[in-house]
Amino acid sequence: MGHRTPLYNEHLVAAAKIVDFAGWDMPIHYGSQLEEHHQVRRDAGMFDVSHMVIVDLQGAEVRAFLRYLIANNVDKLKPQQALYTCMLQEQGGVIDDLIVYFMREDWFRVVVNAATRAKDLAWIKKQAASFKVTVTERPDLAMIAVQGPKARERAYEVLDATLREQAAQLKPFYAAYSGDIFIGRTGYTGEDGFEILLPGKDAAAMWRALLGKGVKPAGLGARDTLRLEAGMNLYGSDMDETITPLECGLEWTVAWEPATRDFIGRAALERQKNAGVKRKLVGLVLNDKGVLRNHLEVRVSGIGEGEITSGGYSPTLGKAIALARVPAATGTSCEVDIRGKWVPATVVKPPFVRNGRAVVVL
Amino acid sequence: MSKIPNNLKYTKTHEWVELKQDGTVTVGISDHAQDLLGDVVYVELPRAGRKAKAGEACAVVESVKAASDIYCPISGEIIEANGALGDKPELVNQDAYGQAWMFRIKPADPAELNQLLDAAAYAAFIAAEAH
Repeated sequence: MGHRTPLYNEHLVAAAKIVDFAGWDMPIHYGSQLEEHHQVRRDAGMFDVSHMVIVDLQGAEVRAFLRYLIANNVDKLKPQQALYTCMLQEQGGVIDDLIVYFMREDWFRVVVNAATRAKDLAWIKKQAASFKVTVTERPDLAMIAVQGPKARERAYEVLDATLREQAAQLKPFYAAYSGDIFIGRTGYTGEDGFEILLPGKDAAAMWRALLGKGVKPAGLGARDTLRLEAGMNLYGSDMDETITPLECGLEWTVAWEPATRDFIGRAALERQKNAGVKRKLVGLVLNDKGVLRNHLEVRVSGIGEGEITSGGYSPTLGKAIALARVPAATGTSCEVDIRGKWVPATVVKPPFVRNGRAVVVL
Repeated sequence: MSKIPNNLKYTKTHEWVELKQDGTVTVGISDHAQDLLGDVVYVELPRAGRKAKAGEACAVVESVKAASDIYCPISGEIIEANGALGDKPELVNQDAYGQAWMFRIKPADPAELNQLLDAAAYAAFIAAEAH
C-alpha cells in the first residue's frame, strides 16, 4: 500500500483505477483516459495532485536564496506572480523543475515533483543553510488542479465571496490566498484553470463541491497526454540530472540577465552554450497509425541518432506525438524504430495543441 | 469482474474463440484483456489469405498504455478481418465480444480447438494471474 492523499476515498467512489505513482496510490483513470482528456480540452476536469510537494520558504533572505538556487530569476516577479524554472546542480544538470510563487517579501512558495521529493528537500535545505531562510514542507496541504475552458467559471462557484473576488482578478501565473485557501492560475495541461491548495482535511469537501458544479475527475493518464500535447516537459522523462535546460527545450526558463547574478549551475551552462549545445528537444508527429513510446530510437538521415523522451497518443490530434532528444542539426523529418520498423515522423516545434486546437502544421 | 461468456473458448494470451456452424472460427480479445490495455487507439489486423500457426503473433492492439500482440489461437487461414476497427478502435473497450471481433479463421486442424480453455478454466487462469 502506497501513500494516499486525502482524496483517496473520492477516487474509489468515482471508480478510479488506482496505480502506484512515486509511492502513492493514485488514479490513472476513472473509466477512460481519452474521455477525461477531451473533458479537460472542451469543458472542465480536475486532478488530485496532492502527492506533489509544497514547500514554504520564509525569512529575511528568501529572495537572495532563490536568486542563487534556481536558474530563472525571481526578481522578475511582481507580488503574487509565479514563474516556472529548473533547479540545477553544479554541472548544470536538472535536479527538478518547479514553480515558485512570490507571495510576500519574506514568503515564497515552491511546488516540486512528488517523485523527487526527498532529493529536492535535501538539496534545498543544504543550500538554504547559508541564508537566513526557513524551509517548511507543507504535507498538511492538498492540491486540486481544475483545468479546462470552463474550469475557472466552475471553480468560482465553490469559493467564498472574498476568494472568488480575488480569484476572478488573477492573471495567468498569478496566485491569491484567503484564509486557508491558496489559488494559482497555473496548470500543467495547456488549458486555463486554477490549482487550489488547501488543508487536507478540507479537500474532500472541495472535491465534492466541484463535482456538484459539473467538474469531472481526470486521472494521471489524461494528465500525461494533456501536458504532452501542450509541449510541457516531464521530469524524469524529458530531462534528468544528466541533461541541462539547454538540451531539453528549457533555455527560455534560464535568466541569463543580469550577468552578475550567480546561480548554481550557471558556469557550466555558459561553458556549454559557448561550446555549442549538441542536442535539442523537438516534437514529433507520426504520419501513420501507431503510437510513439518512451525510449524508442530516432534516426536522422545524414546527421545522427536520438531517442524519444516522452511518447504517446494525442487524443486531440488523433495521431501519435512525442518529445525527442535529437542532434542539434536535425531538420524537419526523422524516422522512429517502432517494433523493428523505421517509421517516418515529422519534426515540429511544440506545443502540439493550444486552446484546444492543433497548432502544428502537418 | 470481467465478463467471460460461457459459449466461447479462450487462450492464456487472452484471446476468445468462437466456433461457428460453418466450421470457421471468430477471434477477438477478452474483456479482461481490454481492461488491462486501457483505451485502444489502433488495431492492426492480418490480411485475408494469410496462413498462421497456433501461437503466432498475427495482430497488434495499440492502447494509450502499451502495444500488445494478439496471437492466433489455432492454425489456419485468415479469411476475414474486421474493417470496423480501423475507424472505431474504441469498440475493443466497449464491446470486446461483439462488434470488436478481430478476424476469422478457417481452421487447419479442428482438434486444436480442444486445447483451448473453457470459460471456467479461463476465469481460474486470470484469477491466478492476479496473484
